[in-house]
Amino acid sequence: MSGLLTLRGASRAELEELLDFAQSFVGGSVIHRGGAGGTVTTVFFEPSTRTRLSFEKAAHHLGAHVMSFDAPKSSTAKDESFRDTILTLTAMGTDVFVIRHWLADAAELTAAWSGRPVVNAGVGKREHPTQTLIDALTLRQRFGHLDGLRVAIVGDVGNSRVARGHLAALPTLGVELTLVGPTPFFPAVDPWGVRKSTDLDSELGDMDVIYLLRIQKERGSSAGIPSEGGYARRYGMNEERLSMLKPTSVIMHPGPINRGLEIDGGVAEGERSLILEQVANGVPVRMAVLSLALGERR
Amino acid sequence: MIVIRNARVLRSDRIEQSTVVIEGDTIQTVGEEPAVNGARVIDADGAWLGPGLVDLHVHFRDPGQTWKEDIETGSRAAAAGGYTAVVAMPNTQPPIDGGERARAVMERATAIGTLDLRAAGCLTRDRAGTEMADFDSMYTAGVRIFSDDGDAVPDAGLLRRIMMYLGDLPGAVVADHAEDRSLAGNGHLHDGVTAARHGIEGLPGVAEDVIVARDLELANATGSRIHVQHVSTANVVGLIRQARERGVKVTAEVTPHHLALEESALESLDPNLKMYPPLRDAEDREALAEALASGLIDAVATDHAPHATAEKDVPFEEAPRGVIGLETSAAVVCSALGRDQALFFDRMSVAPARIAGLDRQGIAVEPGSPANLVLFAPERRWTPGAFASKSQNSPFRGLELTGKVMTTIYEGRISHEDGSG
Repeated sequence: MSGLLTLRGASRAELEELLDFAQSFVGGSVIHRGGAGGTVTTVFFEPSTRTRLSFEKAAHHLGAHVMSFDAPKSSTAKDESFRDTILTLTAMGTDVFVIRHWLADAAELTAAWSGRPVVNAGVGKREHPTQTLIDALTLRQRFGHLDGLRVAIVGDVGNSRVARGHLAALPTLGVELTLVGPTPFFPAVDPWGVRKSTDLDSELGDMDVIYLLRIQKERGSSAGIPSEGGYARRYGMNEERLSMLKPTSVIMHPGPINRGLEIDGGVAEGERSLILEQVANGVPVRMAVLSLALGERR
Repeated sequence: MIVIRNARVLRSDRIEQSTVVIEGDTIQTVGEEPAVNGARVIDADGAWLGPGLVDLHVHFRDPGQTWKEDIETGSRAAAAGGYTAVVAMPNTQPPIDGGERARAVMERATAIGTLDLRAAGCLTRDRAGTEMADFDSMYTAGVRIFSDDGDAVPDAGLLRRIMMYLGDLPGAVVADHAEDRSLAGNGHLHDGVTAARHGIEGLPGVAEDVIVARDLELANATGSRIHVQHVSTANVVGLIRQARERGVKVTAEVTPHHLALEESALESLDPNLKMYPPLRDAEDREALAEALASGLIDAVATDHAPHATAEKDVPFEEAPRGVIGLETSAAVVCSALGRDQALFFDRMSVAPARIAGLDRQGIAVEPGSPANLVLFAPERRWTPGAFASKSQNSPFRGLELTGKVMTTIYEGRISHEDGSG
């Protein structure tokens, strides 16, 4: 594979192999040297703390060098600077790119311009594949399997790269997805053929996982709803809704959370929450992905 | 003198294999073998001969953006595509919103002399959508099609007054760009499965539907002519059908790319497939092809919209909208219409000439007819590579097409000859 551009089209066996490989990096204090001498360059055109840090930590664990590029906050002639940035960082000696960008085709373009393996660290509203692998791994650790797990993704699916990544891969792994939210939060047409519901309360008792999406004010989530208070009342995960879940059900969120909006602070920190497990799995998943990408460096 | 032998000739009442003789700017004889001393003889080898193609909708970017195209390269591209007349949209810089500017564009084309270029004029002053453009001076200069192409007139009250005013000028027609800004938003492609999958903001068909519905009601209320530009949705086809039945004076055009391609082609996010209105889904495309065949949609217009390679070689969401079309349209439309010669020339020449009021265009091949002609080989296969247009942003580049323009003749002079042998 040339880095990780997308999980779309990956077979179940390929995805499971990737999860097994990631699992092999869990909890290890061992420093793997699979990337020794290679250079991983993180290129972030959108701010992100946890994703970038966990990629960089993963690269260090593999023995790779890390270069970090954070795009200036306000850049005119954005396409120019994007392409030039990639060409420059390639010439400096990048072996693997890790790219975060607001454009949907940014990872593919980076691969085409650089000729290097590229790991998609979240592009446009299209996909965030390592987050999807992290969440799949976290669920597998908790439930022992993914087949038949019922997962409700609650929130602004239309504006969510996390949700699209999940839609691209989790059904292949046997997960039964339901999208929950007000209708303006769903894409106008559904290429995935998944179940949808506008009524969270009626779904709670059937779900193994309530996966809450961040209300992304910066991506225009607010345009689809009249008020945050109203959203919190209809879809916010609170103690009362927690009590409507099956005893084995869990809460997930890709972070960072909006406390009191899509999730109450107590729920996020409660015993049903897998949020910190998700964060912890970031490093092993990214070690697995980077290890594969570095393996093909020239 | 030009003699064209072995052509399948579109005559006023039939199609026949024949010989056509051109003398000066006029067809002299059809069916008679002349003495060919000194004549230029073309063996058509069974290719179709009919009136030169007429495009109601091109962007020659001149004045203002001549790195994309200019009147000379645009004319060359048109001739290469079999066109002898085009209507140039007025969204140039500055926009064509007065008679002097319109006349300047047309005089430049006349000086080049390879086709009949008619300037379309703006509906509103400075294309700003707020007050009427200077219709009288443009009408005097010869402008008949008026459009703020690129933008709908947002103010329905203003558009109603415009329709009433232009309704008084014989032959004048309102051509509104059907796209509601608030619904189109920042959409980059059809709001369908491809947009949903890529998470790119879509441009819903209803953005077009609501403007056409509004415009048809205004045309009905004012009795004015309305021409619907680049129809892209099945809903609009239905609206036009209803309006026709009610007696609204409506004509409509469709682009070759909307006849041939669907939004699924955008899976690769190729900026050369990005245009507005966007490629829509299969149901829309099929409705458009049926409507063109039945005549509900009168004409094909390319919406030839050149952009320089460097402008298109950027991420999809940052690429400008528009694709070129003049040099591939004959092949694409011929295939879409099932290789029916009479239908082909009606939708590509006769009907658009009638809509634009061009009295030397779209006329069947008969003695005495103007020598504006195209020789088109409907079965010839070719793959578009380099275009005569200054820009290369074609959705058909590298795809094998069937049907090739062999010779274009404008006012008795050869304006294009196929060089591929």
